[in-house]
Amino acid sequence: MALDKNQIAQRIAKELKHNMYVNLGIGIPTLVANYIPEGIDIEFQSENGVLGMGPFPFEGDEDPDMINAGKQTITTMPGAVIFDSALSFSMIRGQHVQLTVLGAMEVSENGDIANWKIPGKMVKGMGGAMDLVASAENIIVAMMHTNRFGESKILKKCTLPITGVKCVKKVVTNLAVLEVTKKGFKLLERASGVSVEEIKKATEAELIIEGEILEMKL
Amino acid sequence: MINKAVKNIEEALRGIESNMTFMFGGFGLSGIPENIIKELSKKEIFGLTCISNNAGVDDFGLGMLLKKKQIKKMISSYVGENAEFERQMLSGELEVDLIPQGSLAERCRAGGAGIPAFFTPAGFGTEIAKGKEVRVYDKKPHILETALTADFSFIKAWKGDVAGNLIYKGTSRNFNPLMAMAGKVTIAEVEELVPAGDLDPNQIHTPGIFVQRIIQGEKYEKRIEQRTVRKR
Repeated sequence: MALDKNQIAQRIAKELKHNMYVNLGIGIPTLVANYIPEGIDIEFQSENGVLGMGPFPFEGDEDPDMINAGKQTITTMPGAVIFDSALSFSMIRGQHVQLTVLGAMEVSENGDIANWKIPGKMVKGMGGAMDLVASAENIIVAMMHTNRFGESKILKKCTLPITGVKCVKKVVTNLAVLEVTKKGFKLLERASGVSVEEIKKATEAELIIEGEILEMKL
Repeated sequence: MINKAVKNIEEALRGIESNMTFMFGGFGLSGIPENIIKELSKKEIFGLTCISNNAGVDDFGLGMLLKKKQIKKMISSYVGENAEFERQMLSGELEVDLIPQGSLAERCRAGGAGIPAFFTPAGFGTEIAKGKEVRVYDKKPHILETALTADFSFIKAWKGDVAGNLIYKGTSRNFNPLMAMAGKVTIAEVEELVPAGDLDPNQIHTPGIFVQRIIQGEKYEKRIEQRTVRKR
């Protein structure tokens, strides 16, 4: 069975390490915050200017002056801090934020990512994505393996305008966990019940497959 | 103490003209100078270049100026959530310069700080790097981004004193302190305007030197774009 969006988030949460500063993008990445492993302390940064982001507020407690980068109402955790946008991106560009999880429309085997524009169709803008991918030490992409037409989003070369070059380290999809190596995508894990053959079929890029590929543990 | 308080919004907006460049603080609808924007939408000024992280929604924030076709060019990082914006952009009526959010923030900061340009890794290898100088520092390529300034910067703070000192609340701070620095004339609207001496100098976010005029906003709607809650 291919994973659903929550399960992709659950798998990515296993990459979190104690005392990490993490920036989560909009969409599936936001869900990662729901699956922080027991005993691990994480501080979430939101690029509009908050570190120590907490869960959504209780009904009636929403504050228009307290939102995340997805413009959703949020709360803050004890020890949280607020800052302006330039300081926020100093944390990001300066590599003080250690892990970035974001969504993508395409990822290529050299680690390029495309997620901000479909020429002539969708032009919402890159927001903070270009700054994030240009600087983060560790970038994990959370996305579906194929688009709604069944076409692979894991490519030899991105076809859409790219957001950043050679930056993605790992990709977690509904079918597989892939590592971006110097030689291309290496298949690390497969979703429970999904065969290596099925993953190869759904992937345009070449996959490096070494030894037995184990099922993901959630 | 230099008194920056003005009598009314009319006086606050003195000097604005068509074809000027304006900066607007805010992220989404949080921390936007909503009273000033409303007033600008009543003015017969057109051909504006607006620098703002976002472009408001259809009937609120900068969406109001877009609707009246007062804006010629938008400089932003993210412009979703606005159908009229998308229509004007795709039809070519509106010129749009999309730039990475961190570069936008730093370009405003630089504009106010007397730094004409800087190198950043953001956007290297992408279409936004076209025509920009590239330099390698620490084995990593960077692109040259130039500072931004504006004829007028419109910003929103929570509290301010008549000397123009400002304190923001929560994440409505965002671009406001940076744009306050980058305006040739910076006009701040605040929820509460207090006499000089009422704010603790240790707690001020934007020093009054960056603010030329200050006014208490008449009414704050403070719309929420994405109301997300959990059950009690």
